[in-house]
Amino acid sequence: MGRITLQKVQKKFGDVEVIPPLDLEINDGEFVVFVGPSGCGKSTLLRLIAGLEDVSGGQINIDGEDATMVPPAKRKLAMVFQSYALYPHMTVRKNIAFPMRMAKMDPAEQNKRIENAAAALNLTDYLDRRPGQLSGGQRQRVAIGRAIVREPAAFLFDEPLSNLDAALRVGMRMEIGELHKKLDTTMIYVTHDQVEAMTMADKIVVLRAGHIEQVGSPLELYRTPRNTFVAGFIGSPKMNLIEGAAAAEHNAQTIGIRPEHLDVSTTAGKWEGTVGVAEHLGSDTFIHIHGIEGCDPMTVRAGGEVSVKHGDTVFLTPQAEHLHRFDAEGLRIA
Amino acid sequence: MATQSSRSAARIMMAPAVFLLLVWMLVPLSLTLILSFKRFLPLRGDRIGERGDGFGDFLLDYITGFPTLDWVGFQNFASFASSGAFADAVVTTLVIVGGVLAVSVIFGILLAMLLDQPMWGQGVVRILVIAPFFVMPTVSALVWKNMFMDPTNGLFSHLWRAFGADPVVWLSDVPMFSLILIISWQWLPFATLILLTAFQSLDSEQLEAAEMDGAGPFARFFFIALPHLSRAITIVILIQTIFLLAVFAEIFVTTGGAFGTRTLTYLIYQRVLESQNIGLGSAGGVYAIILANIVAIFLMRIVGKNLDR
Repeated sequence: MGRITLQKVQKKFGDVEVIPPLDLEINDGEFVVFVGPSGCGKSTLLRLIAGLEDVSGGQINIDGEDATMVPPAKRKLAMVFQSYALYPHMTVRKNIAFPMRMAKMDPAEQNKRIENAAAALNLTDYLDRRPGQLSGGQRQRVAIGRAIVREPAAFLFDEPLSNLDAALRVGMRMEIGELHKKLDTTMIYVTHDQVEAMTMADKIVVLRAGHIEQVGSPLELYRTPRNTFVAGFIGSPKMNLIEGAAAAEHNAQTIGIRPEHLDVSTTAGKWEGTVGVAEHLGSDTFIHIHGIEGCDPMTVRAGGEVSVKHGDTVFLTPQAEHLHRFDAEGLRIA
Repeated sequence: MATQSSRSAARIMMAPAVFLLLVWMLVPLSLTLILSFKRFLPLRGDRIGERGDGFGDFLLDYITGFPTLDWVGFQNFASFASSGAFADAVVTTLVIVGGVLAVSVIFGILLAMLLDQPMWGQGVVRILVIAPFFVMPTVSALVWKNMFMDPTNGLFSHLWRAFGADPVVWLSDVPMFSLILIISWQWLPFATLILLTAFQSLDSEQLEAAEMDGAGPFARFFFIALPHLSRAITIVILIQTIFLLAVFAEIFVTTGGAFGTRTLTYLIYQRVLESQNIGLGSAGGVYAIILANIVAIFLMRIVGKNLDR
């Protein structure tokens, strides 16, 4: 069981309010991702849930019980840190065994759980090595192994993939996803990378300056961003936000159109501009187009076979059904 | 330093320093070794440098192995070791070294933990804690002897009397305890300083991870902090041992080697300067070198492997 409810949870460091009172509900078995730019309070929120920071106000319930004042060890939560926080002087086996040893678990049961975790995480051959002799990805798996053996109510991940290289990150992303499907345990995952959020989450919580901007499934956030911040943050490349005359045409302060929802033509279209940089990825081409009023540069995602050069004149037409409209406060107009 | 010529140039440029260091080490060592096999009693008329007083005369004497002194073989070694004072001096030396190491490491860790806490006036407190290290050994021993441990006017005697107790005559009743106290007071800052920097390099996420894993404050100390400190502790032990084996001024100023506080260093001093038997003292010096090496090998075996990681 891992149902976590935050009620009016608030955090201040001195006079600085890092997290204004905030409500959030995390259901059992859900994969929730906290995402936001750096300094938005997402890690602090995770540490509040873990109990590593004391709340300044409000209440944290875990499985219906008030856990606000419960020390971290008693919350039945396991955490994977950004730096992995492995114990450098212990072997992998001892690292994984540490929480069970602290709980004075029966040694036979300890061994069984270590073997199971090692088998699940491909660590069997490395059990007698020290963390210093492992690669980044292996260390990551040891940290996850140490979390699994406790059989916690929920897993907390604090930017666990940010120290890995790009290829490994994609692999670990899938492994964590698989793990979630297999264990069916609540996971809370903090990241600043919206790709990780989109690919892994059941539910994304977008944070800015401690405020929850929007909560929803990845596709909800992609299709109906509640405001310009979420619109610009979710999706890659970023949504084009256009102000001025083009927006006024649609009775909005700002209109948004995703790069993949623009049609490119070299002959005719609604907006005219010149090609700046064209990034050929093979499957796609990202074209940055200058000279369009209200949005410079505008990014277009075209097919891989489109061939435009620097300085070419192109015409863009937005697909009307994918146009997002926002009012003067940046909120979505339904 | 990739090419042949730059490598040989480097060797030539390092040569003067290497030469100086070798001379610096080898001359006193060889002097001690030669003299330990010689009868050299200045008060009985034994002389070196009969050719004259110049440096060249001494050098010639030294190179030719002091021909004016009688070669006595291992006699100095035999008489130094057969004296009852020798075994006592070795034990005393080891007790002082061991006692001071224990006090400075244990209290050094506790003090370092305390100083690592955020508090008001941290900078000033840290400087005050380090201050004893700047006091010269002679001075600190005198201060302890006269201001604290004096049986009539010392602070301790006033304190004891305030509670109606008889003042302790520190330096004669509990001389070893007093000496270890004085020397520890000097070396504690050094240990604290090194251990404090080690504490500061401890990754706070590791402590937090241990906390989440259910480790209490004591478990966190013994399973996380102490292993992290092992390398720093090793360094403290090795460096302090080197200096503590040669402790002299504190004994000279306080007990003068009486009441069972005569260390090997002090015994050698007495043989050379009080008995004016330079050959015997040199033999003691060679024993001291051997003892220091035994202790060093012993320590390296126990703690040195911490440095490899």
